[in-house]
Amino acid sequence: MGFIRNTFDKYKPLFDKGGKFEKLAPGFNAFDTLMFVPNHTTKYGAHIRDGVDLKRVMVTVIFALVPAMIFGMWNVGYQYFSQLGEAGTFLDYLLYGAFKFLPMVVVSYGVGLGIEFAFGIFRGHEINEGYLVSGLLIPLIMPIDLPLWMLGVSVAFAVLIGKEAFGGTGMNVLNPALVARAFAYFSYAPSMSGDKVWVADASTVDAISGETILGALASGQSEVGSVLDMFLGFVPGSVGETSVLMILIGAAFLLFTGVASWRIMLSSLLGGAAMGIIFNLVGTSYPENALLNFPWWQHLLVGGFAFAIVFMATDPVSGAQTNRGKWYYGFLIGFLGIMIRIINPAYPEGIMMSILLLNVFAPTIDHYVIQANIKKRKNRLKIV
Amino acid sequence: MSQDIRIKKGLDIKLKGTAEETISASSRPKIFAIQPEDFHGITPKLTVKVGTEVSVGTPLFYSKSNEKIKFTSPVSGTVTEIKRGAKRKILAIVIASKTADDYVNFGKADPKGLGGEEILSKILDSGCWAFVNQRPYDVIANPADEPKGIFISSFDTAPLAPDYSYALKGQELAFQAGIDAISKLTKGKVTLCIDESINFFNKVENVNIQKIIGKHPSGNVGVQISKVAPINQGEKVWTINPQDVVIIGNLFLTGEYRPNRVIALAGSEVKKPQYYSVTIGQSLKDFLEGKINKNNIRVISGNVLTGAKTSAKDGFLGFYDNLISAIPEGNVYRMFGWIPFVGGSKIHSASKTSFSWLSPKKEYVLNTNLNGEERAMVVTGEMEKVMPIDIYPMQLLKAILANDIEKMENLGIYEVAPEDFSLIDYTSSSKIEAQKIVRQGLDLMINEVG
Repeated sequence: MGFIRNTFDKYKPLFDKGGKFEKLAPGFNAFDTLMFVPNHTTKYGAHIRDGVDLKRVMVTVIFALVPAMIFGMWNVGYQYFSQLGEAGTFLDYLLYGAFKFLPMVVVSYGVGLGIEFAFGIFRGHEINEGYLVSGLLIPLIMPIDLPLWMLGVSVAFAVLIGKEAFGGTGMNVLNPALVARAFAYFSYAPSMSGDKVWVADASTVDAISGETILGALASGQSEVGSVLDMFLGFVPGSVGETSVLMILIGAAFLLFTGVASWRIMLSSLLGGAAMGIIFNLVGTSYPENALLNFPWWQHLLVGGFAFAIVFMATDPVSGAQTNRGKWYYGFLIGFLGIMIRIINPAYPEGIMMSILLLNVFAPTIDHYVIQANIKKRKNRLKIV
Repeated sequence: MSQDIRIKKGLDIKLKGTAEETISASSRPKIFAIQPEDFHGITPKLTVKVGTEVSVGTPLFYSKSNEKIKFTSPVSGTVTEIKRGAKRKILAIVIASKTADDYVNFGKADPKGLGGEEILSKILDSGCWAFVNQRPYDVIANPADEPKGIFISSFDTAPLAPDYSYALKGQELAFQAGIDAISKLTKGKVTLCIDESINFFNKVENVNIQKIIGKHPSGNVGVQISKVAPINQGEKVWTINPQDVVIIGNLFLTGEYRPNRVIALAGSEVKKPQYYSVTIGQSLKDFLEGKINKNNIRVISGNVLTGAKTSAKDGFLGFYDNLISAIPEGNVYRMFGWIPFVGGSKIHSASKTSFSWLSPKKEYVLNTNLNGEERAMVVTGEMEKVMPIDIYPMQLLKAILANDIEKMENLGIYEVAPEDFSLIDYTSSSKIEAQKIVRQGLDLMINEVG
């Protein structure tokens, strides 16, 4: 520890005010504070401060993503070997998955953090930790076969237009990870949909279907495999989204640490269930529609629903900020997510769309919640 | 008695070094000082010069905006120095004390027999008016206002705070006299907020007693007002600390200004934390000598959440302080200290990203490290957890940062004081300086709205 600290201290003066590389200070500081919590002491206000900081919060979310990520990599390998009709060991699956997935992580972090560093340096502010989470979320919600350059372009779009254009971390209206996904979906649709992208190298293997369950349902098939497989995640899909079990472990961790809002998770779940039940009732009149008749509770298990409500809807910056607003916000996400999924089979991942939509409406929801508080205050004045 | 109020939101931070229940007298210090910075928003007009002889109760300066508001000497002696800072701002009026005090006589009287005007002029003349603060804005009250009511909080829930029922033992009569005097200042009610403990506050007469139970900041008078009768636009509520009620009471019982109080000296860097009887404005140098550890510590006049940094060498006891805290400075690096759960139970956190939730009763040694760097506001909901007042704290802070006066009014700026945001300072994961922002907002409102 002493040696590393001394090395940083040795070069620090170069980056301090008046130093040779003064302008690059945000970059240097980012690395310094990544190694050490700085020795800054309180100057104003409370003299003691909580042990939590934005790094701790963000890293907590990353911890929560780890189970889904490890399983996702394993599943990439498992799906790949299964389509070839081969069997491998646990390690074979995991290594193959890591081999396919880690380059995506590298590209995502490389491009995203590169832009963040550049903005930090040009605009002279410290580098915020927000992208640490977005950078891992993005590859987790992409199909494994997405070409890396498309991933890179999507990340650049998400960070530049989705975030920096609004003023950077804390100011963005939309969830950057979902912006990346939406951008990729609309720009490179063939690489983002269909039955050939969800399993590694599926396009080179003839006549094997690597469809997601939602894709299969949309095309009218009603036999989609066992519920246990859906829950455990032995199905094709984006890397992080398939295993509800692993997502639940992450969710438990997030809820326990208090980092993510339980209000949003719970209300999204209720919203999704409500819409699912409504459609199931309607579906009795349309027995040929597989999506309508897919049991409502299984809707909550398949596709990106679980992943999205645990890791995307709970993004505090783009979500509703008031506690009451979070209930409306979450409920509508679940409700509209399932609605889009069922009504518009061209876009089975309705939940992602519905989060983006609600991101836009979150400030409006908050506005009305806060307006109620203001009204209460004004009424008090009238009574007196 | 009215119905009890329970406050669920908040956070108790337990620190090592709570004051033991013993009171020692501090030896008589040679120098004293009154620091105008203690009185936010007051521009002092001096009435003394270097060399002026003063008694206890002799005016040192008055407020430029209202010359009735006087600030008087806490000690007999000679003015030796007027300390000035940038732009000749007066920082301190330093007085070298004589061996014994003589007092200006303001006339002994039973407050029950006096009218409001007489009581007001006695309080103003003696310099006791400075103890009367007003909400909104958390500044010294304007004696010409008609307050909606007066609030006194008999307990302090801040870390290491003194127990007033212990510190005021033996002053019960003076407290009652103070209450009798204060009650003549308003047509509204005087409310004394008490906690669950049974002590002499329960038996105080001529006052509306309200029980309030909960974590910090339930002892903050602003929180209590918001729960009992929230302040509306245009209303004024006055607040007085119980120790200062006693000083006002003694003014009527003895006819003299007696600026003495019992304070706690507490914190992990205090060798033997306990209570001391002291005088307002006394020098800290002699007082703290040998009582605190020497190296790399911070001495705070007040509590660790809202107090002001002072110096064991040339600091003075603040005008309003009932506590001096001493904690370690945090100018150290912690390798990978940002990884969740690293640092074990040494890292205290209101969130569950450290192990401190496992030991809620443990007394912590916390230093002044910021534990991170200031960032954009990202996490939502954490401010609300420690804000019992019915406002939206993050939205209010943002309105203040944007200087949006109408929004600030709408969001309840009149109901808050910086101290109510001290726990937000503490828990904020983005290290937002909430108290500083709120003070800035209140100052803007004073200038623009008045």
